[in-house]
Amino acid sequence: MTQRTKNSADLDTVLDVLCPMHVTLDATGHIRHAGPTLQKLYTEGDLIGRRFLEVFELNRPRAIATMTELLSVCGVKLHLQFRNAPRTGLKGILVVGPEPDEAIINLSFGISILDGVRDYALTSADFAATDLTVEMLYLIEAKSAAMEASRTLNLRLQGAMIAAEEQAFTDTLTGLKNRRAMDHVLSRMLGSDEPFALMHLDLDFFKAVNDTLGHAAGDHVLQKVARIMVDETRDVDTISRVGGDEFVLIFPGLTDHATLERVALRVISLLEEPIPFEGAMCKISASIGTVLSSDYDDPTAEQLFADADVALYASKHAGRACHRFYVDELRDNVQNTKPPTGRDAHQAKAG
Amino acid sequence: MHGLINRAIECFVRDTYGEDRWGDVTRLAGLSFTGFEAMLRYDDYITENVLNATSEVLDRPQNEVLEDIGTYLVSHPNVEGLRRLLRFGGVNFVEFLHSLDDLSDRVRLAVSDLDLPRVELREHSLNHFSLICQSEIKGYGFVLLGLLRAMADDYGALAILEYQGGGQGVENISIMLIESSYSDGRLFELGARSA
Repeated sequence: MTQRTKNSADLDTVLDVLCPMHVTLDATGHIRHAGPTLQKLYTEGDLIGRRFLEVFELNRPRAIATMTELLSVCGVKLHLQFRNAPRTGLKGILVVGPEPDEAIINLSFGISILDGVRDYALTSADFAATDLTVEMLYLIEAKSAAMEASRTLNLRLQGAMIAAEEQAFTDTLTGLKNRRAMDHVLSRMLGSDEPFALMHLDLDFFKAVNDTLGHAAGDHVLQKVARIMVDETRDVDTISRVGGDEFVLIFPGLTDHATLERVALRVISLLEEPIPFEGAMCKISASIGTVLSSDYDDPTAEQLFADADVALYASKHAGRACHRFYVDELRDNVQNTKPPTGRDAHQAKAG
Repeated sequence: MHGLINRAIECFVRDTYGEDRWGDVTRLAGLSFTGFEAMLRYDDYITENVLNATSEVLDRPQNEVLEDIGTYLVSHPNVEGLRRLLRFGGVNFVEFLHSLDDLSDRVRLAVSDLDLPRVELREHSLNHFSLICQSEIKGYGFVLLGLLRAMADDYGALAILEYQGGGQGVENISIMLIESSYSDGRLFELGARSA
Protein backbone atom coordinates (compact mmCIF):
# COMPACT_ATOMS: atom_id res chain seq x y z
CA MET A 1 0.00 0.00 0.00
CA THR A 2 2.84 2.37 0.88
CA GLN A 3 4.55 1.46 -2.37
CA ARG A 4 1.43 2.26 -4.35
CA THR A 5 1.04 5.66 -2.74
CA LYS A 6 4.64 6.59 -3.43
CA ASN A 7 4.43 5.55 -7.08
CA SER A 8 1.22 7.46 -7.55
CA ALA A 9 2.63 10.53 -5.92
CA ASP A 10 5.69 10.36 -8.20
CA LEU A 11 3.46 9.99 -11.21
CA ASP A 12 1.30 12.94 -10.12
CA THR A 13 4.38 15.13 -9.88
CA VAL A 14 5.59 14.04 -13.31
CA LEU A 15 2.23 14.58 -14.92
CA ASP A 16 1.77 17.98 -13.28
CA VAL A 17 4.79 19.12 -15.32
CA LEU A 18 4.13 17.26 -18.56
CA CYS A 19 0.34 17.48 -18.63
CA PRO A 20 -0.81 20.28 -16.32
CA MET A 21 -4.39 19.71 -17.45
CA HIS A 22 -4.73 16.05 -16.50
CA VAL A 23 -6.92 14.33 -13.91
CA THR A 24 -6.48 10.98 -12.25
CA LEU A 25 -9.67 9.10 -11.41
CA ASP A 26 -10.04 6.38 -8.84
CA ALA A 27 -12.01 3.17 -9.35
CA THR A 28 -15.29 4.90 -8.46
CA GLY A 29 -14.82 7.68 -11.03
CA HIS A 30 -13.89 10.32 -8.49
CA ILE A 31 -11.02 12.72 -9.04
CA ARG A 32 -8.02 11.63 -7.01
CA HIS A 33 -5.61 14.22 -8.40
CA ALA A 34 -5.83 17.18 -10.79
CA GLY A 35 -3.09 19.00 -12.67
CA PRO A 36 -2.48 22.60 -11.57
CA THR A 37 -3.86 24.26 -14.71
CA LEU A 38 -7.03 22.20 -14.74
CA GLN A 39 -7.56 23.06 -11.08
CA LYS A 40 -7.15 26.73 -12.01
CA LEU A 41 -9.94 26.40 -14.58
CA TYR A 42 -12.33 25.02 -11.96
CA THR A 43 -13.65 27.94 -9.99
CA GLU A 44 -16.07 26.02 -7.76
CA GLY A 45 -13.44 24.84 -5.30
CA ASP A 46 -11.27 21.78 -5.06
CA LEU A 47 -11.60 19.26 -7.88
CA ILE A 48 -10.29 16.45 -5.75
CA GLY A 49 -13.00 14.17 -4.40
CA ARG A 50 -15.59 15.21 -6.98
CA ARG A 51 -17.08 12.78 -9.46
CA PHE A 52 -15.51 13.42 -12.86
CA LEU A 53 -18.81 13.11 -14.74
CA GLU A 54 -20.45 15.60 -12.39
CA VAL A 55 -17.82 18.23 -13.19
CA PHE A 56 -17.61 17.48 -16.91
CA GLU A 57 -20.26 16.70 -19.46
CA LEU A 58 -19.16 14.25 -22.09
CA ASN A 59 -20.51 15.26 -25.52
CA ARG A 60 -18.80 12.59 -27.55
CA PRO A 61 -18.89 9.66 -27.20
CA ARG A 62 -22.37 10.06 -25.70
CA ALA A 63 -24.24 8.18 -23.01
CA ILE A 64 -21.31 7.61 -20.70
CA ALA A 65 -22.61 7.57 -17.13
CA THR A 66 -20.40 5.25 -15.14
CA MET A 67 -16.71 4.65 -14.51
CA THR A 68 -16.98 1.32 -16.30
CA GLU A 69 -18.35 3.03 -19.37
CA LEU A 70 -15.61 5.65 -19.14
CA LEU A 71 -12.94 2.96 -19.07
CA SER A 72 -14.50 1.45 -22.18
CA VAL A 73 -13.68 4.60 -24.21
CA CYS A 74 -10.01 4.31 -23.34
CA GLY A 75 -7.87 5.68 -26.19
CA VAL A 76 -10.79 7.39 -27.90
CA LYS A 77 -10.74 11.15 -28.45
CA LEU A 78 -13.21 12.71 -26.02
CA HIS A 79 -15.20 15.90 -26.51
CA LEU A 80 -16.36 17.35 -23.23
CA GLN A 81 -17.12 20.57 -21.46
CA PHE A 82 -17.31 21.95 -17.96
CA ARG A 83 -20.80 21.78 -16.54
CA ASN A 84 -20.35 25.17 -14.87
CA ALA A 85 -20.07 28.48 -16.75
CA PRO A 86 -18.47 29.45 -19.06
CA ARG A 87 -18.90 25.79 -20.05
CA THR A 88 -15.56 25.77 -21.81
CA GLY A 89 -15.22 23.03 -24.39
CA LEU A 90 -12.28 20.66 -24.03
CA LYS A 91 -10.70 17.74 -25.79
CA GLY A 92 -9.44 14.77 -23.88
CA ILE A 93 -8.05 11.29 -23.95
CA LEU A 94 -8.33 8.61 -21.30
CA VAL A 95 -5.74 6.00 -20.51
CA VAL A 96 -5.84 3.31 -17.87
CA GLY A 97 -3.45 4.23 -15.08
CA PRO A 98 -0.61 2.12 -13.75
CA GLU A 99 -2.63 1.40 -10.60
CA PRO A 100 -5.50 -1.08 -10.97
CA ASP A 101 -8.86 0.55 -11.89
CA GLU A 102 -7.32 4.01 -12.07
CA ALA A 103 -7.73 6.18 -15.14
CA ILE A 104 -5.77 9.21 -16.26
CA ILE A 105 -7.48 11.73 -18.53
CA ASN A 106 -5.44 14.43 -20.23
CA LEU A 107 -7.37 17.47 -21.35
CA SER A 108 -6.69 20.37 -23.66
CA PHE A 109 -8.55 23.36 -25.04
CA GLY A 110 -8.58 22.45 -28.69
CA ILE A 111 -10.03 25.16 -30.84
CA SER A 112 -11.49 27.08 -27.89
CA ILE A 113 -7.96 27.94 -26.77
CA LEU A 114 -8.23 31.69 -27.38
CA ASP A 115 -11.40 32.02 -25.31
CA GLY A 116 -9.95 29.73 -22.68
CA VAL A 117 -6.82 31.77 -22.24
CA ARG A 118 -8.91 34.94 -21.93
CA ASP A 119 -11.61 33.55 -19.70
CA TYR A 120 -9.16 32.08 -17.22
CA ALA A 121 -6.32 34.63 -17.58
CA LEU A 122 -3.82 31.86 -18.27
CA THR A 123 -0.12 32.57 -18.57
CA SER A 124 2.79 30.76 -20.18
CA ALA A 125 3.43 29.07 -16.84
CA ASP A 126 0.06 27.31 -17.13
CA PHE A 127 1.20 25.35 -20.15
CA ALA A 128 3.82 22.66 -20.36
CA ALA A 129 7.12 24.04 -21.64
CA THR A 130 6.78 21.84 -24.74
CA ASP A 131 3.19 22.87 -25.37
CA LEU A 132 2.82 24.88 -28.58
CA THR A 133 -0.12 26.91 -27.27
CA VAL A 134 1.89 30.06 -26.67
CA GLU A 135 3.37 29.83 -30.17
CA MET A 136 -0.10 29.38 -31.52
CA LEU A 137 -1.38 32.43 -29.68
CA TYR A 138 1.58 34.34 -31.09
CA LEU A 139 0.66 33.19 -34.58
CA ILE A 140 -2.98 34.11 -34.16
CA GLU A 141 -2.03 37.64 -33.13
CA ALA A 142 0.67 38.01 -35.75
CA LYS A 143 -1.60 36.76 -38.52
CA SER A 144 -4.48 38.95 -37.39
CA ALA A 145 -2.19 41.98 -37.48
CA ALA A 146 -0.90 41.05 -40.93
CA MET A 147 -4.44 40.43 -42.17
CA GLU A 148 -5.52 43.77 -40.80
CA ALA A 149 -2.66 45.49 -42.62
CA SER A 150 -3.60 43.70 -45.83
CA ARG A 151 -7.25 44.59 -45.36
CA THR A 152 -6.35 48.25 -44.92
CA LEU A 153 -4.26 48.09 -48.07
CA ASN A 154 -7.10 46.43 -49.98
CA LEU A 155 -9.53 49.11 -48.87
CA ARG A 156 -7.17 51.82 -49.99
CA LEU A 157 -6.52 50.11 -53.31
CA GLN A 158 -10.24 49.70 -53.83
CA GLY A 159 -10.69 53.42 -53.18
CA ALA A 160 -7.92 54.19 -55.64
CA MET A 161 -9.50 51.89 -58.21
CA ILE A 162 -12.87 53.60 -57.90
CA ALA A 163 -11.19 56.99 -58.22
CA ALA A 164 -9.29 55.79 -61.28
CA GLU A 165 -12.46 54.45 -62.84
CA GLU A 166 -14.16 57.76 -62.22
CA GLN A 167 -11.33 59.53 -63.93
CA ALA A 168 -11.27 57.11 -66.83
CA PHE A 169 -12.18 58.36 -70.25
CA THR A 170 -13.28 55.13 -71.83
CA ASP A 171 -16.62 53.40 -71.93
CA THR A 172 -15.52 49.88 -71.04
CA LEU A 173 -18.30 48.11 -72.93
CA THR A 174 -17.81 49.71 -76.33
CA GLY A 175 -14.27 51.09 -76.09
CA LEU A 176 -15.67 54.45 -77.17
CA LYS A 177 -15.01 57.63 -75.22
CA ASN A 178 -17.32 58.28 -72.29
CA ARG A 179 -19.22 61.41 -71.39
CA ARG A 180 -16.34 62.87 -69.38
CA ALA A 181 -13.95 62.46 -72.29
CA MET A 182 -16.49 64.01 -74.62
CA ASP A 183 -16.89 67.00 -72.27
CA HIS A 184 -13.12 67.50 -72.40
CA VAL A 185 -12.98 67.30 -76.17
CA LEU A 186 -15.93 69.62 -76.54
CA SER A 187 -14.54 72.29 -74.22
CA ARG A 188 -11.23 72.07 -76.08
CA MET A 189 -13.02 72.50 -79.40
CA LEU A 190 -15.02 75.43 -78.04
CA GLY A 191 -11.78 77.04 -76.95
CA SER A 192 -10.22 76.76 -80.38
CA ASP A 193 -11.11 78.62 -83.55
CA GLU A 194 -11.74 75.50 -85.53
CA PRO A 195 -15.40 74.99 -86.43
CA PHE A 196 -16.93 71.58 -85.86
CA ALA A 197 -20.14 69.60 -86.10
CA LEU A 198 -21.79 67.80 -83.20
CA MET A 199 -24.15 64.90 -83.80
CA HIS A 200 -26.44 63.49 -81.17
CA LEU A 201 -27.40 59.93 -82.10
CA ASP A 202 -30.05 57.96 -80.27
CA LEU A 203 -30.78 54.32 -80.98
CA ASP A 204 -34.35 53.36 -81.78
CA PHE A 205 -35.89 50.06 -80.63
CA PHE A 206 -32.82 49.26 -78.54
CA LYS A 207 -34.94 48.84 -75.41
CA ALA A 208 -36.96 46.17 -77.21
CA VAL A 209 -33.77 44.20 -77.93
CA ASN A 210 -32.76 44.41 -74.30
CA ASP A 211 -36.21 43.45 -73.08
CA THR A 212 -36.84 40.52 -75.43
CA LEU A 213 -33.34 39.10 -75.96
CA GLY A 214 -31.62 40.14 -72.75
CA HIS A 215 -28.73 42.30 -71.74
CA ALA A 216 -26.13 40.13 -73.43
CA ALA A 217 -27.85 40.81 -76.75
CA GLY A 218 -28.06 44.51 -75.87
CA ASP A 219 -24.35 44.62 -75.08
CA HIS A 220 -23.55 42.85 -78.32
CA VAL A 221 -25.63 45.36 -80.28
CA LEU A 222 -23.91 48.31 -78.60
CA GLN A 223 -20.51 46.90 -79.51
CA LYS A 224 -21.59 46.42 -83.11
CA VAL A 225 -23.03 49.96 -83.20
CA ALA A 226 -19.73 51.31 -81.88
CA ARG A 227 -17.79 49.48 -84.59
CA ILE A 228 -20.04 50.86 -87.33
CA MET A 229 -19.59 54.42 -86.12
CA VAL A 230 -15.84 54.05 -85.82
CA ASP A 231 -15.66 52.59 -89.34
CA GLU A 232 -17.77 55.37 -90.82
CA THR A 233 -15.88 58.29 -89.28
CA ARG A 234 -12.38 59.69 -89.46
CA ASP A 235 -9.63 59.15 -86.91
CA VAL A 236 -9.84 62.78 -85.83
CA ASP A 237 -13.54 62.50 -85.00
CA THR A 238 -14.58 61.81 -81.43
CA ILE A 239 -17.28 59.23 -80.80
CA SER A 240 -18.59 58.90 -77.28
CA ARG A 241 -21.27 56.92 -75.57
CA VAL A 242 -22.98 59.38 -73.27
CA GLY A 243 -25.95 57.30 -72.12
CA GLY A 244 -27.33 53.78 -72.37
CA ASP A 245 -28.12 54.04 -76.08
CA GLU A 246 -27.05 57.61 -76.78
CA PHE A 247 -23.96 58.68 -78.63
CA VAL A 248 -22.32 62.01 -79.40
CA LEU A 249 -20.07 62.42 -82.42
CA ILE A 250 -17.82 65.45 -82.82
CA PHE A 251 -16.36 66.23 -86.26
CA PRO A 252 -13.55 68.80 -86.08
CA GLY A 253 -13.28 71.03 -89.13
CA LEU A 254 -16.32 69.49 -90.80
CA THR A 255 -19.29 71.81 -91.37
CA ASP A 256 -20.34 70.80 -94.86
CA HIS A 257 -24.03 69.87 -94.77
CA ALA A 258 -23.87 67.40 -97.63
CA THR A 259 -20.96 65.44 -96.15
CA LEU A 260 -22.51 65.33 -92.69
CA GLU A 261 -25.85 64.28 -94.10
CA ARG A 262 -24.17 61.49 -96.06
CA VAL A 263 -22.31 60.23 -92.99
CA ALA A 264 -25.45 60.36 -90.84
CA LEU A 265 -27.65 58.53 -93.31
CA ARG A 266 -25.00 55.92 -93.99
CA VAL A 267 -24.58 55.23 -90.29
CA ILE A 268 -28.37 54.91 -89.90
CA SER A 269 -28.67 52.53 -92.82
CA LEU A 270 -25.82 50.35 -91.52
CA LEU A 271 -27.39 50.29 -88.06
CA GLU A 272 -30.64 49.11 -89.59
CA GLU A 273 -29.06 45.93 -90.91
CA PRO A 274 -30.21 43.21 -88.51
CA ILE A 275 -27.48 42.13 -86.10
CA PRO A 276 -27.36 38.38 -85.48
CA PHE A 277 -27.00 37.27 -81.89
CA GLU A 278 -27.16 33.62 -80.83
CA GLY A 279 -29.57 32.65 -83.55
CA ALA A 280 -31.82 35.70 -83.13
CA MET A 281 -31.85 38.87 -85.20
CA CYS A 282 -31.61 42.19 -83.40
CA LYS A 283 -33.29 44.96 -85.33
CA ILE A 284 -32.62 48.55 -84.36
CA SER A 285 -32.43 51.94 -85.98
CA ALA A 286 -31.24 55.39 -85.03
CA SER A 287 -32.25 59.04 -85.12
CA ILE A 288 -29.73 61.83 -85.38
CA GLY A 289 -29.72 65.58 -84.72
CA THR A 290 -26.77 67.72 -85.77
CA VAL A 291 -25.56 71.21 -84.87
CA LEU A 292 -22.73 73.23 -86.41
CA SER A 293 -20.61 75.43 -84.20
CA SER A 294 -20.22 77.80 -87.13
CA ASP A 295 -23.94 78.66 -86.86
CA TYR A 296 -23.26 80.47 -83.57
CA ASP A 297 -21.37 83.62 -82.71
CA ASP A 298 -20.37 82.35 -79.34
CA PRO A 299 -21.34 78.70 -78.99
CA THR A 300 -21.57 77.07 -75.55
CA ALA A 301 -21.78 73.38 -74.74
CA GLU A 302 -25.25 73.83 -73.19
CA GLN A 303 -26.56 75.59 -76.27
CA LEU A 304 -25.10 73.03 -78.67
CA PHE A 305 -26.54 70.10 -76.73
CA ALA A 306 -29.92 71.71 -76.32
CA ASP A 307 -30.17 72.46 -80.03
CA ALA A 308 -28.82 69.05 -81.04
CA ASP A 309 -31.57 67.56 -78.88
CA VAL A 310 -34.22 69.61 -80.65
CA ALA A 311 -32.90 68.37 -84.00
CA LEU A 312 -32.84 64.81 -82.64
CA TYR A 313 -36.44 65.04 -81.41
CA ALA A 314 -37.48 66.44 -84.76
CA SER A 315 -35.93 63.38 -86.41
CA LYS A 316 -37.81 61.12 -84.02
CA HIS A 317 -41.09 62.87 -84.75
CA ALA A 318 -40.40 62.61 -88.44
CA GLY A 319 -40.72 58.86 -88.09
CA ARG A 320 -37.32 57.82 -86.72
CA ALA A 321 -34.34 56.68 -88.82
CA CYS A 322 -34.00 60.33 -89.84
CA HIS A 323 -31.34 62.99 -89.65
CA ARG A 324 -32.01 66.73 -89.07
CA PHE A 325 -29.76 69.76 -88.85
CA TYR A 326 -30.74 72.20 -86.19
CA VAL A 327 -32.44 75.39 -87.38
CA ASP A 328 -34.30 77.79 -85.13
CA GLU A 329 -37.56 77.03 -86.96
CA LEU A 330 -37.55 73.54 -85.45
CA ARG A 331 -38.42 75.15 -82.14
CA ASP A 332 -41.68 76.47 -83.64
CA ASN A 333 -43.05 73.00 -83.30
CA VAL A 334 -43.36 72.69 -79.55
CA GLN A 335 -43.17 68.88 -79.90
CA ASN A 336 -39.54 69.18 -80.84
CA THR A 337 -38.56 70.78 -77.57
CA LYS A 338 -39.62 67.67 -75.68
CA PRO A 339 -38.54 64.08 -76.07
CA PRO A 340 -41.10 61.87 -77.83
CA THR A 341 -43.50 60.15 -75.45
CA GLY A 342 -42.32 56.85 -74.12
CA ARG A 343 -38.76 57.95 -73.86
CA ASP A 344 -37.14 57.80 -70.46
CA ALA A 345 -37.06 60.94 -68.41
CA HIS A 346 -33.29 60.70 -67.94
CA GLN A 347 -32.80 60.79 -71.66
CA ALA A 348 -34.89 63.92 -71.87
CA LYS A 349 -32.40 65.58 -69.59
CA ALA A 350 -29.36 64.32 -71.48
CA GLY A 351 -27.07 67.06 -72.64
CA MET B 1 12.84 47.13 -48.37
CA HIS B 2 9.64 45.77 -46.91
CA GLY B 3 6.87 48.31 -46.46
CA LEU B 4 6.59 47.40 -42.78
CA ILE B 5 10.07 48.75 -42.13
CA ASN B 6 9.41 51.96 -44.03
CA ARG B 7 6.07 52.25 -42.34
CA ALA B 8 7.76 51.86 -38.93
CA ILE B 9 10.00 54.84 -39.67
CA GLU B 10 7.01 56.82 -40.88
CA CYS B 11 4.87 56.05 -37.81
CA PHE B 12 7.79 56.85 -35.54
CA VAL B 13 8.14 60.34 -37.05
CA ARG B 14 4.37 60.95 -37.19
CA ASP B 15 3.57 59.72 -33.69
CA THR B 16 6.59 61.31 -32.04
CA TYR B 17 7.05 64.57 -33.93
CA GLY B 18 3.77 65.13 -35.74
CA GLU B 19 2.40 65.25 -39.27
CA ASP B 20 4.25 68.42 -40.27
CA ARG B 21 7.65 66.95 -39.56
CA TRP B 22 6.74 63.85 -41.53
CA GLY B 23 5.71 66.12 -44.36
CA ASP B 24 9.16 67.72 -44.20
CA VAL B 25 10.77 64.28 -44.33
CA THR B 26 8.81 63.16 -47.37
CA ARG B 27 9.68 66.36 -49.22
CA LEU B 28 13.34 66.17 -48.33
CA ALA B 29 13.48 62.48 -49.24
CA GLY B 30 11.77 63.25 -52.55
CA LEU B 31 8.90 60.84 -51.99
CA SER B 32 6.10 61.06 -54.52
CA PHE B 33 3.57 59.85 -51.91
CA THR B 34 2.71 60.81 -48.36
CA GLY B 35 2.69 57.44 -46.65
CA PHE B 36 4.08 53.92 -46.99
CA GLU B 37 1.90 50.86 -47.41
CA ALA B 38 2.85 48.24 -44.82
CA MET B 39 2.24 45.34 -47.17
CA LEU B 40 4.07 46.56 -50.26
CA ARG B 41 7.75 46.51 -51.17
CA TYR B 42 9.87 49.54 -51.90
CA ASP B 43 13.33 50.03 -53.38
CA ASP B 44 16.09 50.03 -50.78
CA TYR B 45 17.32 53.49 -51.68
CA ILE B 46 13.96 54.91 -50.59
CA THR B 47 14.50 53.69 -47.02
CA GLU B 48 17.99 55.17 -47.03
CA ASN B 49 16.69 58.52 -48.29
CA VAL B 50 13.94 58.57 -45.69
CA LEU B 51 16.36 57.79 -42.87
CA ASN B 52 18.79 60.48 -44.01
CA ALA B 53 15.96 62.97 -44.36
CA THR B 54 14.59 62.07 -40.91
CA SER B 55 17.93 62.62 -39.29
CA GLU B 56 18.28 65.96 -41.08
CA VAL B 57 14.76 67.17 -40.32
CA LEU B 58 15.06 66.21 -36.65
CA ASP B 59 18.62 67.54 -36.60
CA ARG B 60 19.90 64.47 -34.76
CA PRO B 61 22.55 61.88 -35.55
CA GLN B 62 21.17 58.91 -37.44
CA ASN B 63 22.24 56.38 -34.80
CA GLU B 64 20.20 58.18 -32.19
CA VAL B 65 17.21 58.26 -34.48
CA LEU B 66 17.55 54.53 -35.14
CA GLU B 67 17.75 53.78 -31.44
CA ASP B 68 14.65 55.88 -30.82
CA ILE B 69 12.82 53.97 -33.53
CA GLY B 70 13.63 50.74 -31.69
CA THR B 71 12.31 52.18 -28.42
CA TYR B 72 9.24 53.57 -30.13
CA LEU B 73 8.38 50.17 -31.61
CA VAL B 74 8.02 48.66 -28.16
CA SER B 75 6.73 51.52 -26.08
CA HIS B 76 4.30 53.56 -28.15
CA PRO B 77 0.62 52.69 -27.66
CA ASN B 78 0.01 52.87 -31.43
CA VAL B 79 2.25 49.87 -31.96
CA GLU B 80 1.12 47.87 -28.93
CA GLY B 81 0.58 44.84 -31.16
CA LEU B 82 4.30 44.56 -31.85
CA ARG B 83 5.21 44.72 -28.16
CA ARG B 84 2.77 41.90 -27.53
CA LEU B 85 4.28 39.77 -30.27
CA LEU B 86 7.72 40.26 -28.76
CA ARG B 87 6.46 39.41 -25.28
CA PHE B 88 5.34 36.03 -26.57
CA GLY B 89 9.05 35.30 -26.82
CA GLY B 90 9.47 34.57 -23.14
CA VAL B 91 8.14 34.96 -19.62
CA ASN B 92 11.15 36.98 -18.46
CA PHE B 93 13.83 39.14 -20.02
CA VAL B 94 16.43 36.37 -20.23
CA GLU B 95 13.98 34.03 -21.92
CA PHE B 96 13.12 36.86 -24.25
CA LEU B 97 16.80 37.35 -25.09
CA HIS B 98 17.06 33.68 -25.94
CA SER B 99 14.01 33.94 -28.18
CA LEU B 100 15.83 36.53 -30.33
CA ASP B 101 17.67 33.70 -32.08
CA ASP B 102 14.31 32.74 -33.57
CA LEU B 103 13.20 36.31 -34.18
CA SER B 104 13.57 36.30 -37.94
CA ASP B 105 11.83 32.91 -38.18
CA ARG B 106 9.02 34.14 -35.97
CA VAL B 107 8.62 37.22 -38.11
CA ARG B 108 8.52 35.14 -41.26
CA LEU B 109 5.73 32.99 -39.82
CA ALA B 110 3.63 36.13 -39.58
CA VAL B 111 4.72 37.97 -42.73
CA SER B 112 6.35 35.50 -45.06
CA ASP B 113 8.19 38.05 -47.22
CA LEU B 114 9.66 40.09 -44.38
CA ASP B 115 13.31 39.10 -44.01
CA LEU B 116 14.79 40.54 -40.84
CA PRO B 117 18.51 40.25 -40.23
CA ARG B 118 19.64 37.23 -38.23
CA VAL B 119 20.65 37.85 -34.64
CA GLU B 120 22.49 35.48 -32.36
CA LEU B 121 22.69 35.59 -28.58
CA ARG B 122 25.97 34.62 -26.94
CA GLU B 123 25.84 33.83 -23.24
CA HIS B 124 29.10 34.70 -21.50
CA SER B 125 27.78 34.17 -18.01
CA LEU B 126 24.40 34.02 -16.27
CA ASN B 127 24.00 37.77 -16.52
CA HIS B 128 26.29 38.79 -19.35
CA PHE B 129 25.29 38.39 -22.97
CA SER B 130 26.24 39.66 -26.39
CA LEU B 131 23.85 40.03 -29.24
CA ILE B 132 25.53 39.56 -32.61
CA CYS B 133 23.61 41.00 -35.47
CA GLN B 134 24.46 40.30 -39.10
CA SER B 135 22.81 42.88 -41.20
CA GLU B 136 23.09 44.48 -44.58
CA ILE B 137 20.96 47.27 -43.18
CA LYS B 138 23.42 49.76 -41.73
CA GLY B 139 22.55 50.71 -38.18
CA TYR B 140 20.11 47.85 -37.58
CA GLY B 141 22.04 47.24 -34.36
CA PHE B 142 20.97 50.64 -33.06
CA VAL B 143 17.32 49.79 -33.67
CA LEU B 144 17.84 46.57 -31.73
CA LEU B 145 19.57 48.49 -28.96
CA GLY B 146 16.59 50.80 -28.51
CA LEU B 147 14.20 47.89 -28.75
CA LEU B 148 16.09 45.85 -26.12
CA ARG B 149 16.24 48.79 -23.71
CA ALA B 150 12.49 49.22 -23.97
CA MET B 151 11.88 45.48 -23.65
CA ALA B 152 14.02 45.34 -20.49
CA ASP B 153 11.76 48.02 -19.02
CA ASP B 154 8.72 46.15 -20.24
CA TYR B 155 9.81 43.02 -18.37
CA GLY B 156 10.81 45.11 -15.36
CA ALA B 157 14.44 44.03 -15.71
CA LEU B 158 17.38 46.27 -14.89
CA ALA B 159 20.05 45.87 -17.54
CA ILE B 160 22.92 47.84 -18.99
CA LEU B 161 23.05 47.73 -22.74
CA GLU B 162 25.88 49.02 -24.82
CA TYR B 163 26.55 49.24 -28.51
CA GLN B 164 29.97 47.67 -28.99
CA GLY B 165 30.45 48.82 -32.52
CA GLY B 166 30.47 46.87 -35.67
CA GLY B 167 31.89 46.56 -39.10
CA GLN B 168 31.59 44.49 -42.25
CA GLY B 169 27.91 43.92 -41.68
CA VAL B 170 28.27 42.62 -38.12
CA GLU B 171 27.17 44.61 -35.10
CA ASN B 172 27.55 43.75 -31.46
CA ILE B 173 25.47 44.72 -28.44
CA SER B 174 26.59 43.91 -24.92
CA ILE B 175 23.90 43.16 -22.34
CA MET B 176 24.62 43.15 -18.65
CA LEU B 177 21.68 42.03 -16.56
CA ILE B 178 21.75 43.58 -13.08
CA GLU B 179 18.41 42.38 -11.82
CA SER B 180 15.76 40.46 -13.71
CA SER B 181 12.80 41.65 -11.64
CA TYR B 182 13.83 45.13 -10.68
CA SER B 183 10.35 46.59 -11.20
CA ASP B 184 6.91 45.23 -12.00
CA GLY B 185 7.32 45.95 -15.68
CA ARG B 186 4.25 46.09 -17.86
CA LEU B 187 1.37 43.70 -17.77
CA PHE B 188 1.22 41.02 -20.42
CA GLU B 189 -1.87 38.86 -20.76
CA LEU B 190 -1.58 35.95 -23.15
CA GLY B 191 -5.14 36.26 -24.35
CA ALA B 192 -5.66 40.01 -24.30
CA ARG B 193 -7.80 41.31 -27.10
CA SER B 194 -5.56 43.38 -29.31
CA ALA B 195 -6.71 46.91 -29.92
